[in-house]
Amino acid sequence: MTAALSPTREFTTGFTRDRIALGAFWVLCALLVTAFIAPWITPQNPYDLAQLDILDAKLAPGAASAAGYTHWLGTDDQGRDMVSAILYGLRISIGVGVLSTVAALGLGLVIGLVSARAGGWVDALIMRIVDLQLSFPAILVALILLALAGQGVDKIIIALVVVQWAYYARTVRGAALVELKKEYVDAAVCAGYSGTRILFRHVLPNVLPPLIVVATVQVAHAIALEATLSFLGLGMPITSPSLGLLIANGYTHLLSGKYWISFFPGIALLVTIVAINLVGDQLRDVLNPRLK
Amino acid sequence: MGSYFWEMIAGTTPALTLPLKGRESQGTPSPSGGRRGWGWFIKRWPILFSAIALAITTGSTPAAELRIGLSGEVTSLDPHLLASQPNLTVARHVFESLTDVDPQTRLIPGLAESWRAIDATTWEFNLRRGVKFHDGSDFTAEDAAFSLQRPLSIKGSPGGFASYVRAIASATAVDAHTLRIKTKYPYGALPEDINSILIVSRKNALNAGPEDFDAGRAMIGTGPYKFVRYQRGDRLELARHDGWWGKAPAWPSWDRVTLRVIPADPSRTASLLSGELDVIEHVPSADIKKINKNNNLRVTQTTSWRTILLHLDQYRAQPPGITDVSGKPLAKNPFMDLRVRQAISKAINRAAIAERVMEGLAVPAANIVSPGVFGHNAALKAEAYDVEGAKKLLAAAGYPNGFHVTLAGPNNRYINDEQVLQTVAQLLTRVGIITRVEAMPMSAFLGRVRKEETSFALLGWGSFAADLALRSLVAAPNPDKGYGAWNWGRYANPRVDALMEQALGSVDRNKRETLAREANTLAMNDLAFIPLHHQVVSWAMRTGLNYTPRTDEFTFAHHFTPR
Amino acid sequence: MLNFTLRRLAQSAVTLFVMSLLVFTGVYAIGNPVDILINPQADQAEIAQTIARLGLDRPLWEQYWIFLKGALTGDLGKSFAASIPAIELIFERMPATLELAFMAMLIAIVLGIPLGLLAGLKPDSWIGRSIMAGSILGFSLPTFWVGLMLIMVFSVQLGWLPTTGRGATVDIFGIPVSFLTWDGIRHLILPATNLALFKLSLLIRLTRAGTREAMLQDYVRYARAKGVPESNVVRIHVLRNILIPIVTVVGLELGSLIAFAVVTETVFAWPGMGKLLIDSINVLDRPVIVAYLLVIVFLFIFINLLVDLLYTALDPRVRLKGSR
Repeated sequence: MTAALSPTREFTTGFTRDRIALGAFWVLCALLVTAFIAPWITPQNPYDLAQLDILDAKLAPGAASAAGYTHWLGTDDQGRDMVSAILYGLRISIGVGVLSTVAALGLGLVIGLVSARAGGWVDALIMRIVDLQLSFPAILVALILLALAGQGVDKIIIALVVVQWAYYARTVRGAALVELKKEYVDAAVCAGYSGTRILFRHVLPNVLPPLIVVATVQVAHAIALEATLSFLGLGMPITSPSLGLLIANGYTHLLSGKYWISFFPGIALLVTIVAINLVGDQLRDVLNPRLK
Repeated sequence: MGSYFWEMIAGTTPALTLPLKGRESQGTPSPSGGRRGWGWFIKRWPILFSAIALAITTGSTPAAELRIGLSGEVTSLDPHLLASQPNLTVARHVFESLTDVDPQTRLIPGLAESWRAIDATTWEFNLRRGVKFHDGSDFTAEDAAFSLQRPLSIKGSPGGFASYVRAIASATAVDAHTLRIKTKYPYGALPEDINSILIVSRKNALNAGPEDFDAGRAMIGTGPYKFVRYQRGDRLELARHDGWWGKAPAWPSWDRVTLRVIPADPSRTASLLSGELDVIEHVPSADIKKINKNNNLRVTQTTSWRTILLHLDQYRAQPPGITDVSGKPLAKNPFMDLRVRQAISKAINRAAIAERVMEGLAVPAANIVSPGVFGHNAALKAEAYDVEGAKKLLAAAGYPNGFHVTLAGPNNRYINDEQVLQTVAQLLTRVGIITRVEAMPMSAFLGRVRKEETSFALLGWGSFAADLALRSLVAAPNPDKGYGAWNWGRYANPRVDALMEQALGSVDRNKRETLAREANTLAMNDLAFIPLHHQVVSWAMRTGLNYTPRTDEFTFAHHFTPR
Repeated sequence: MLNFTLRRLAQSAVTLFVMSLLVFTGVYAIGNPVDILINPQADQAEIAQTIARLGLDRPLWEQYWIFLKGALTGDLGKSFAASIPAIELIFERMPATLELAFMAMLIAIVLGIPLGLLAGLKPDSWIGRSIMAGSILGFSLPTFWVGLMLIMVFSVQLGWLPTTGRGATVDIFGIPVSFLTWDGIRHLILPATNLALFKLSLLIRLTRAGTREAMLQDYVRYARAKGVPESNVVRIHVLRNILIPIVTVVGLELGSLIAFAVVTETVFAWPGMGKLLIDSINVLDRPVIVAYLLVIVFLFIFINLLVDLLYTALDPRVRLKGSR
């Protein structure tokens, strides 16, 4: 990187160069804000069973509810207003995606750095655990966790962390090994810095930017995984559906022409994931020193 | 290597794809396709369906072949290994039993032409003459006697058949066509029970294990179809047994039959729509209306023997998941109060569940068994939806502000089970019983039930007779007698138990049915459990076909006829 | 090299052991398979007898010990539901899954590398952008949904291809394969495409990134400056340099394709191992679940090892630890 611009300035300029990515960025911001303020703008709390009426179930978009307001996107098979359900679902999906990714990133970072620094049998042990984890189908992890702990937001976050940490650990270790061979580390060692200090003060900052990119994209994957888990009946409780669960519930009605039950949540999920991926892609291109 | 680091981290995350729900209903996790793709697709549904119609008319098949899509996974062809509906469905094409049941679950002659109780513990079965196995050998009473004891002799079998033969003390061949069965105690349900034991050829099955059946070597029965080829997890191919004893109109119309196993609902429907299959069983509820509108397809349906019910904990002072409105434990178990059970029953809008949730695939229930099944009491009427009545009863029972409960159930076992759970919760919450729903896969759910972690749980039950159902679901649990194995709420009523016991001990069928009906009525008036609905079972097929829908949900190729 | 291989094998044995222990405990914790398998009419005595007959009444450690003793002699136990050795069930289904995975990988390679190359050579053209947009969609679309849409469009609406199942097979060295019959290929196209989509997107992105970087390298600039035709630059300098990592990724991804063919197999009723796993999980058929996972982990370890060794052979700059 040249010193002419401050790193932040350079980053911003780089990022905004691509109008599609910029658009995706704003879409993402809009989604985040809407999801956050959902409880104050929706006509109904879709997670409160007392507010639902089975007689309002499967209404087409634009139909009026018993309570007098309009279901702009129709209702699902329990009589949930789809607008409300999608915004609440978005809230859960994004929340779960971000939280689990941050947690998995933190865990994987520490384990990966330790593994790279320690080497020897510690490294081998950790890497075999990582192998083990990566070869373990996520469904079984999820099924076991569910059986032991039941459903809920906290459980699905734990499950997603368990499924993802190993990936970060392996990536960090690989990157750290490359860094540790570089001259500046030798210099730091010669300067008499401690191993831990070198690891966290010198190696970490160099490993972190690519990881943040991964994490961005990984949030999208976590959201998709949460959707799939919920779809399997293994994630969120059925009475507080996330986007994935809404789609799953509506899927059976697709053939019968009641497309709105899974179509609109599907659009919301797709837009979210694509927006995150686009932003992540652009971040990667901007941060990748080799493409300068 | 470093140059690929950036791409690999962004892409090679462990594939986040996951398998789907087990059984019938499987949708997609999917966020949908490209925006254009979707809109395009939805707008064109009508066109799509006419295209399907075209595909069906042009892709017609020779009338002598029938291709059926089954919904359940077949684990083994051995008819004595596992008593599951899918296994028995395929086995019953090749093998037959001594007693048979008609589409309304009433007993009819099978390989036995007639039977009678000589005394309280002795039964004599007159076997059909001139019946040949597929290898040409004669069917005799020896084969029948052998078949009745074979289920117990399979090592490492997951079983399920022992209960059907538990009452049998001995089965002996008096002559080639007479079988005498001695029971350990007077037992009127013997003819029903042995309907589930299929008759294999002694000669071929004597030393055969499940692998011999899967390979076809031991698949020698007396049934209307012969084994041709089996591909596990995919299909079973059959050919007509030309030496079968049956006569027209029962004579099978199809020379060849292919039974395909397609548990995923949308895939099964799609295979029918594309004309690759002639028949599918267990039509997904959401697709019924659409298929009915299609000129080339038709649906037949009837009330199934499966009753969906809610078990209530009636044995613990403080069952798990039940608290007062503020989350503190209640002084006593509200479910033990009949008024609370009545309030719950009144709060449930069964008509709305049947219409809205089940899309017509349910009949509101007030009985332990479906209409037409032995011991059903037509005088019992499904409880009417009555919010005010429910609230009054709750107030009278001392819960004017209601309480909290947790309702547990499977999400992959019964038709729309998860939606039913939610709707019940919604309706109960409305009268003040604030209900949390815990829906999970059947495997996890049963684990929770066995650990006694549930207090309010959904279960589905199918039975040939009310007294048999009462024995499992309502009788006070008694491992020695085999009572109440599925009485999760441990409801106990000595009068019901006594009547049920008398009914089962009667070899006179009329007397037995009267007693069974009485026991059923007593248990239902006391709300031993909350009956929700009887499921409706459905088949979809080409319009050129006809099938008498069966209450016991079985799909038999030989019962399909061209129209 | 030998030392390295031996060490990895020893570590892998430990992995397999730990894995089997975890799965065993996990499945045990979920519930009792007899509860699900047993005929509902069964009474308590029969349930107890069945549990005893399957050895499920013993303490967990004893069940595991019995399993371990069997496993060391190559016996992974009999399936509860089918009463047939679990490993036999898996091997019976394996050809179908391998066939599907290889075909999917083939599709991903044949389409992915050229498209990625194109996108990398012309990153700012409309075609390059379209390819990248397509690959983002490929990442975002869930496999299951795409599978059903494929069935709906190509089987139901257009009637070109069969909806589900595997076509006619012929035996090669006793292994039934379906890609040699016309019927078999027709059945294979949709599921293989479905499974390939994710890997296709991955390969496009990998190739594109590699191409873009290679194009900026001095040797490429030099070759171009020298007047080497563009096609030769691409073929000789770019392709050769990006191929090694792509080969690595393809190898590693093949393992995950096999392991995660589960969704596709279920949608298309493809009689492979993945479908077997789901059926087994639904009834808690522990011997099959454990055997399946052991086979998959073994495949993973084997492929990883092979890729590591291959990589060393291809790229002399990489030195394996332990080979010194």
